[in-house]
Amino acid sequence: METKKRFAVSGAPHIHAKDTTAVLMLDVITALMPTVIAGIWLFGWNAARVIVISVVSCVGFEFLWEVLFKRPITVNDLSAVVTGIILAMNLPSTAPWWLILIGSAVAIVLVKQLFGGLGDNFVNPALAARAVLLASWPALLSGSSAYVTPFDAVSTATPLATLAEGTATANYSMIDMLIGRMPGCIGEVSKIAILLGLAYLLIRKTISWHIPVTMVASFMLFTWLFGGDPLTGVLMGSVLFGAVFMATDYVTCPMTVTGKLIYAGGAGLILALIRAYGGYPEGTTYAILLMNVATPLIDRATRRRIYGEVKSRA
Amino acid sequence: MHPLRHIGEGKPLTNACPVRPLIPDVVVIPTGMHLGAPSAPCVEKGQHVKMGEMIATPVGGLGLPVHASVSGEVLFVEPRQELRAAPEICIGIQNDKLDEWVELHPAGSVESATPEQIISAVKTAGICGMGGASFPTHIKLSIPEGKSADTAILNGAECEPYLTADHRLMLESPQRIIDGLRLIMRATGVGRGVIAVEKNKPDAIRSLQDAVKNIEGIEVFPLTTKYPQGSEKQLIHVVTGREVPRGKLPIDARALVFNVSTSAAICDAVTLGKPLVERITTVTGCVREPGNLLLRVGTTYDQAFAACGGLPENVKKVFAGGPMTGLCASDTSVSMTKATNGIVAFDEDQAKEFEETACIRCARCVNICPIGLYPYLLRSDIDKNDLDSAKKHGLMDCVLCGACSYICPARRYLTASFKAAREELSAKAKRR
Repeated sequence: METKKRFAVSGAPHIHAKDTTAVLMLDVITALMPTVIAGIWLFGWNAARVIVISVVSCVGFEFLWEVLFKRPITVNDLSAVVTGIILAMNLPSTAPWWLILIGSAVAIVLVKQLFGGLGDNFVNPALAARAVLLASWPALLSGSSAYVTPFDAVSTATPLATLAEGTATANYSMIDMLIGRMPGCIGEVSKIAILLGLAYLLIRKTISWHIPVTMVASFMLFTWLFGGDPLTGVLMGSVLFGAVFMATDYVTCPMTVTGKLIYAGGAGLILALIRAYGGYPEGTTYAILLMNVATPLIDRATRRRIYGEVKSRA
Repeated sequence: MHPLRHIGEGKPLTNACPVRPLIPDVVVIPTGMHLGAPSAPCVEKGQHVKMGEMIATPVGGLGLPVHASVSGEVLFVEPRQELRAAPEICIGIQNDKLDEWVELHPAGSVESATPEQIISAVKTAGICGMGGASFPTHIKLSIPEGKSADTAILNGAECEPYLTADHRLMLESPQRIIDGLRLIMRATGVGRGVIAVEKNKPDAIRSLQDAVKNIEGIEVFPLTTKYPQGSEKQLIHVVTGREVPRGKLPIDARALVFNVSTSAAICDAVTLGKPLVERITTVTGCVREPGNLLLRVGTTYDQAFAACGGLPENVKKVFAGGPMTGLCASDTSVSMTKATNGIVAFDEDQAKEFEETACIRCARCVNICPIGLYPYLLRSDIDKNDLDSAKKHGLMDCVLCGACSYICPARRYLTASFKAAREELSAKAKRR
């Protein structure tokens, strides 16, 4: 007989699927790359500056917080990198460095860590940060000279702002709007880049189609009902970026398919309402944030039936 | 594709290996192999026993007898640490390799045995569920007053990765399985017999289909290959379209489920009078020559691995059963039981431990749970030590299949924490 040897003892199961949190985050980062590259191509090194400051400060704040409060260091799960990129994608290339730092601090410290860290935040950190910045420094995020035109960097307002003010009609060709040759936030303008990212996320099964497709469809439907042009609506502003990269944040979206459909449908409706009747030219941020807050309710309302549970006679 | 289709590799290691018998030098037979109180030893050190002789008598309502799986001299009757939480009395027997059987008394043929004869023969043979649950089979066969069943399902899904013991049995002894099913149907008065097999075993499906061709009331039911298809609740739903009501037993869905190995053991017990003293076990994973062995009950893991070319140096983990639900053994001196369908060794790489990280609410556990539970929520109840809330969220409904832990990207110990919480609850209930 062989000599006695002590083996590792652990609870079943003894095998695991390959994906870990870091792998999922890396998938999102990879999916964001076309958008990042398009942003730098369109808005130049100024955009690269925003992205670098945002990512470094998000990771930095997370690291500092965890060191300061003696929590396990989790920066290698890459979630702060994702937040950093998404925040940068939501800012104009003209954003001053201090604005980015404040945004990162709000996202990582206020929204994420104060509520318990990854998984416990009830709204999307990058979105909440953008909302805070938008409310605090409106001129820098929605003013008439906050944005620049691609390539030549002439100060201008976004086409949606121009439309809302009624000062001029935005006049961009379909091609311009698809590749992003229009003023706007770094990540929202190039629809082709965003769609490439979506395709990657769907192929990798990082996300399912339910939220992005439903949110865009709902937005288009209601825009049409409210008398707008659904196609131009999608191609302008951040609806597509929001539907693909922000509404799909695991932490803040519902869990079941039914829940996801309600959530995304609601986000599309609110967005269409804000655009058609609201005071802001763009509403993606608030539409998704509002649905983030409604997520626990949606989850409760769409609870799955437990096997063997007798249907209640309501 | 669903993430639980064809999980893990492992079956190709052994699914083409014909069953080969292993004659052990020594057997160490635990008295607590079945669910229920351990049996009481009725032999002494130094005594000579014949193969098939009863060496421990049933204790309590769920009691079962234990039989000698070899002939020879009793070496010891003493407590040993096996896979159960606490040490249990084990009976060691030196094998004289003469295989001298006790006189066997068949109860009757497949055609003639009466329900009473069948149930009594099954009890005398010490048969318990051989798929892992080890519930005494004669109790399952005795349908309680006022209840009835219309479907008997033989579980040949073998949905656990790596395991091929049932697969080989279905290929090599389809007749014993079917005869066992006919006896089960007679004993319980059930009209429909179903042998459910995952489609990843087309040869087994064909072998069984050929064998049931002219038998009325018995059909082979090919199942989608998807873990945990072989869980009792899933099987009943797939085969009958009915669900076992929450907190109730399969009989409440008018169905009975037996493992295919159990069915073959029932056939041997009734038609030959043979007690359950041997079974097919897949010995696989990180071993030099993986295979399907016909093992005498009480064969130590040491001997089983030695018969498979021995364990390489880098083996880090050994468990009984499949990798989704298997129970770890801290060393290889332990013995296989009536319910051990597999003994698997994993190397350092396969046994790598993961650090648990924060739940990111990705909902993979929710969407994968075959019972419709919210594993992440259950875990947070348990972390808060709120077992009442956990019960409300379905702690007792969980089938411990391991799917949620398997899929969790944060590598959270979900299934393990549910198991621990259930053990805590049942310990509390006992104290009362």
